[in-house]
Amino acid sequence: MTAYRWRRYTLSQRLLRFAGYLVTVAVLVWSVSDLDIYWPWVWDAPVQIGDLLGRMSPPDLSGWRAIGAALVETVHIATLATVLSLVLALPTAYLAAQNTTPNRATLWLGRLIVVSTRSVNTIIWALLFVAIFGPGVVAGILAIAFRSIGFVGKLMGEAIEEIDKRQVEAIEATGAGRGKVVLYGIVPQVLPAFFAVAILRWDINIRESTVLGLVGAGGIGLILQGAIDLFDWQTVATVLIAILGVVILGEFVSAALRRRVL
Amino acid sequence: MTAETRASTRTWRRPPAIANAYLRYGLYVVVAGYFVWAVTSLQLSWERIALGIPRAVTIFGRAFPPDFSRRGLMIDGFVESIQIAILATALGVVMSVLLGILAARNVVPRAVYLVGRAIISVARSFHPVIVAIIFVKAVGFGPFAGILTLIVYSIGFVGKLMAEAIEEIDPGQVEAIRATGGGFLKVLAYAVFPQILPRQVGLSIYQLDSNLRASAVVGIVGAGGIGGTLMNSFRRFDYDFALAILIVMIVIILLSEALSGRIRKGLT
Repeated sequence: MTAYRWRRYTLSQRLLRFAGYLVTVAVLVWSVSDLDIYWPWVWDAPVQIGDLLGRMSPPDLSGWRAIGAALVETVHIATLATVLSLVLALPTAYLAAQNTTPNRATLWLGRLIVVSTRSVNTIIWALLFVAIFGPGVVAGILAIAFRSIGFVGKLMGEAIEEIDKRQVEAIEATGAGRGKVVLYGIVPQVLPAFFAVAILRWDINIRESTVLGLVGAGGIGLILQGAIDLFDWQTVATVLIAILGVVILGEFVSAALRRRVL
Repeated sequence: MTAETRASTRTWRRPPAIANAYLRYGLYVVVAGYFVWAVTSLQLSWERIALGIPRAVTIFGRAFPPDFSRRGLMIDGFVESIQIAILATALGVVMSVLLGILAARNVVPRAVYLVGRAIISVARSFHPVIVAIIFVKAVGFGPFAGILTLIVYSIGFVGKLMAEAIEEIDPGQVEAIRATGGGFLKVLAYAVFPQILPRQVGLSIYQLDSNLRASAVVGIVGAGGIGGTLMNSFRRFDYDFALAILIVMIVIILLSEALSGRIRKGLT
């Protein structure tokens, strides 16, 4: 009797796995060798990072007043932008949902808005709006709002697609017009999803609005950029701690709101 | 009789979302007050908004038609972004697994768990662009800073989900390996990893997609990739080239999203 060895995978499965590993390794090797990496800097990195952290401590708290004001501004930007994005995203969701969109052309228009706003990063939107409106919070609010349209529009569109259509039919049967059907047939059904999405996006937007200042669009990033340009690493440390604090605070507030509202 | 007529003239009203009238109007006042405070403290200037409209028209006028002629520059940028994303995902996932173990309540002591969780929370809290700017200052311009940034970004997301996946494993298998006398590493290798591996493969592919998106922007602060090219074209008012880059970026993100979705569906 020949010895039978148990194997978990068949020969073809094993070959496929091997090919998968081979491709992964090949891609990694290609990336490492093709990238324009200056290796002495890489070997030096731990020392440099340690050095930077050393220069950051202890954090310099003297600018706390300006930092606090900038944090409040950051939260304001996030909140106003979230509200604006909800206003802009709801019509988009209406167009992007298969069961409410008037026709195929509007469906694709809705999807185009969702995809293009979502794929362009906040900081790129901020660059654009700073070029248009000049540096300041207006550019920041618009950047965050535009970035959020796709996210909110997509999730709300999905919520609209999942509604119970009997309620819509019941309202239609009473002879109500389109506006009343939306108001009494659709809105009550998607309201919980609406609040959930709004809170979730507000939480994300606080994090996003911390970077706006790097391109001049307001908020705490402005102070961060200023301190970095002056090599004032101790203030940089304070700003980073402040950002950490406001982001964690935002997470707590949104968790509390979620428990309350939903 | 009177009751009947009263019923017929009564009109139906939608019940309000908050039943308590004081709470409802109180909330309205608070929300309105907040908006007044926010808008006035930000000193929004409507004049500047009005001035911006013609500028927007000029910018969009110059952006059309998009200019795809500098193909070489664009391809170099995108290839670099993709390579940054690939390397950062590979290294980031490895580190995430290690940190995920450290941040899983059920396999490590409480003190280690708290440290692991703290590291992951910090990694999650900072936007990649902020992390990138710090790394650019620490290790110099170029893709290496971008890779480090996206490793941190990966740890924040994959590390957290990894820790949660490990906390949800079946403890029976851990006990079984412990009962055979296996140490900590054997428990990890034979009881923990086999249970989280399917999740981990799916997560890695998802993170590759996320990293690709993020790698497109870290270049704006000098951390390599297409972001730098985009930033330069913007600074030089080459809006037509910038629009071309944006269009290609959106197409690549869509492709990568579709591909990663399909692979993840095939795996499960």
